Amino acid sequence: MKVGVIGIGITKFGERWNESLRDLLLDAQLRALNDSKIAPEQIDALFTGNMCADSLSGQLHVGAIAAENLNINKPSIRVEGACASGALAIRQGIQAIESGSAEIVMVNGVEKMTDVSTEQATTALMGAGDEELEGFNGLTFPGLYALLAKAYMTKYPKLNRELLAEVSVKNHFHGARNDYAQFRSEIDIDTVINSAMVADPLTLFDCSPITDGAATIILANEKVSKKMNTDVYVTGSGLANDSLSLARRKTLTAIPAGKIAAEQAYKQSGILSQHVDFAEVHDCFSIAEIMAVEALGFAKEGEAYKLYQNKDTYFDGKQPINTSGGLKACGHPIGATGIKQAIEATVQLRGEAKNRQVKNAEVGVTHNVGGSGATVAVHVFRKIR
Amino acid sequence: MAGIVGWGAYIPKYRITAEEIALVQNADANAIKSGLGLTEKSVPGKDEDTVTIATNAARNAIARTSIKRKEIGAVYIGSESHPYAVKPSSSIVAEALDIGNDYMAVDTEFACKAGSATIQINAGLVDSKMIKYGLSIGADTSQAEPGNALEYSAAAGGAAFIIGPNKESVATIDATCSFTSDTPDFWRRALEPYPSHAGRFTGEPAYFKHVLDATKMILEKTNSKITDFAFVVFHMPNGKFPLRVAKTFGVTKEQLLPGLIVKKIGNTYSGSSLLGLVSVLDIAKPSDKILMTSYGSGSGSDAFILTCTDKIKEAQKKAKTTEDYVKRKEYLTYAQYLKHMEQIH
Amino acid sequence: MFRESPILRWRNYNDRYRLKGYKCTKCGKTYFEKKGLCECGTIDYEEMDFSGKGKIVSFTEIHSGPEAFAEMAPYCIAIIDLEEGARITGQVVDCKYSELKIGLNVEAVLRKFYKSGEKGIIHYGTKFIPKF
Repeated sequence: MKVGVIGIGITKFGERWNESLRDLLLDAQLRALNDSKIAPEQIDALFTGNMCADSLSGQLHVGAIAAENLNINKPSIRVEGACASGALAIRQGIQAIESGSAEIVMVNGVEKMTDVSTEQATTALMGAGDEELEGFNGLTFPGLYALLAKAYMTKYPKLNRELLAEVSVKNHFHGARNDYAQFRSEIDIDTVINSAMVADPLTLFDCSPITDGAATIILANEKVSKKMNTDVYVTGSGLANDSLSLARRKTLTAIPAGKIAAEQAYKQSGILSQHVDFAEVHDCFSIAEIMAVEALGFAKEGEAYKLYQNKDTYFDGKQPINTSGGLKACGHPIGATGIKQAIEATVQLRGEAKNRQVKNAEVGVTHNVGGSGATVAVHVFRKIR
Repeated sequence: MAGIVGWGAYIPKYRITAEEIALVQNADANAIKSGLGLTEKSVPGKDEDTVTIATNAARNAIARTSIKRKEIGAVYIGSESHPYAVKPSSSIVAEALDIGNDYMAVDTEFACKAGSATIQINAGLVDSKMIKYGLSIGADTSQAEPGNALEYSAAAGGAAFIIGPNKESVATIDATCSFTSDTPDFWRRALEPYPSHAGRFTGEPAYFKHVLDATKMILEKTNSKITDFAFVVFHMPNGKFPLRVAKTFGVTKEQLLPGLIVKKIGNTYSGSSLLGLVSVLDIAKPSDKILMTSYGSGSGSDAFILTCTDKIKEAQKKAKTTEDYVKRKEYLTYAQYLKHMEQIH
Repeated sequence: MFRESPILRWRNYNDRYRLKGYKCTKCGKTYFEKKGLCECGTIDYEEMDFSGKGKIVSFTEIHSGPEAFAEMAPYCIAIIDLEEGARITGQVVDCKYSELKIGLNVEAVLRKFYKSGEKGIIHYGTKFIPKF
């Protein structure tokens, strides 16, 4: 498979008091159009990832807004898979192109989360889990990952509290070098460990924030991409699902759907995990990054701690993870995150990542998770001249 | 007559000491403790109410029997603290026990004797063969106004009984009668959060008159003497009133103390005399006779005479005892206690 | 708004008020509130009663809860293996967080979950307490 990336556009992530959902979406769409130099009429279809517009803004039918923003009567659909909405939208775009029904597809992701209180946002986010089996019990989203953390760290005690904190420290290091990240400050382990407890053992700094933002990526088939001189391509797309509630999974020390999706994407691209130069993974909570590293094959189950002990996951290390700052430092406007990951992969492969550039970046992977692991979408991006 | 086929208790885990309350009320804890004859009381968890207490007690009661729960033909719950003013506790509890749909149900209120009255109702229904088994429950999460004397005693807890055929009983009901009158000693108007009472009037003309007269009535009706009984249980608004009644009849310490649960957990209102009864059933032997007289303000007393059968020994082992619940405790500060009480209704 | 609905939770009363189980008639696996196909591919269940006894598999304490649970916070939640084999999520109450550990024996109780506002229905269900 070869689907080219011909344009990218991303808003600053953060608390965007002056911008509404549509404002953010339009901003990203225009930036991407500008980057691609195409006109709106050239777009054949639009897919927009979004999770909470209905519960937090009373707005469904977001697909219609994406088309209206550009004044085009093109097919435009909202895609939702909790926090994996963005990557799912990318996959829809890829399939539209692969099926031949579209040559150029605009894939957006947008989320407006700061108009409501933290408690209300927490309540809305519980929809990513199983409402009847987990939400009814008051099991919050951080609570889900806390249960995973507790199980993992009990079975694999080598991942101690300090090493888990290294995940956020490293992500903030990268975020400080990323213009559109929500948090631009470096932190240390003490900051993480001493921050307020959210759901034991996860403290505030183990958790990704509540963020507004939007991101757009324009995909094109091989023919159009060659004409536009792009050299960044999506070569593999993997998607796997698992039980919605944690209690019905086969294991609590890994997210099985991650491994399945990664294997699919790698196979389709003709690569193995050792060929991956960098990865944008779903660190909704620090423990999620640990599990992602293992799902993507960079470490055996229980051994990801080594990468953090040896500081391998910095942009200039052996296994760069989340050079964008991840969800933690870059921010997590839910529907936009999957697109942001694809954009960071593109920026790295284009060699435009400035002071967080991974040297000789040729193969990048994005990994986007919905809920506590009920959906995982993995894409492989390659530089192909 | 019908009898008790199974019994069960439930008491929440939390406690607050008289000292802790006295500190806030600026009162003399020792004087309170000796005056009221109690040291601490039970407090419901933030997620507990009469329905949850009743259900957990009923599950213990059913566990002591070998009946099929769908054979329960009536469910009656007596309380002063039903969670809803309109919506029955009995149907929620019956659903939680999976009794099916083929049962009669209603909630009752008669201050602290709302639960004991339902035993009389079920006994009648069983004897008339209208039902095979009936479930009787008395449970409360009593509210007392902060700063009021009742704060030391108003507690939470409940007891449940499966009433059934005489030949299946662990304790047969040999007789029951009531002494009732219109006496305004203690009451709560519909929209008021806390009860009111008439001071010293709650003693002689209220509690004592009804408990004494109901007890006298049943002793006469059955030609019994107080020495016939292994155990005697009176309603326990505090640790002193039952002692005075006991003295009048010549009840001994050995007969009274096993059921005097108020000393450890306070006054559980509709659960009070019933928790005294289950404490005694937990340790009674076959052929032991039990006398119990409840009291509900407004006013009335239900008196019962029971005889334990040889089925009681087996049943005692099949569920948690009252003492199991009494021993399970965690103390609260007054501030924590207020937070717990805020959650009632 | 769905949290205000008395109807949404009503459908689950019988399952939630007590731990009602579903046992696959083909392979014997047990589930709580199972609706779809069993792992063995069959969709044929017989109803059963879970005893309510189980062991903690993982647990946490939630400090920052949703509005409906604000008064209860902090509260403990665990993943529990019931003795009949089903694995479920449940709050663990009547205990200090420090008492919880993986492998702790727990038993089921009926408790309040939340109210749909000051005028609304009180929602009940099953929680767990340390076995005693």
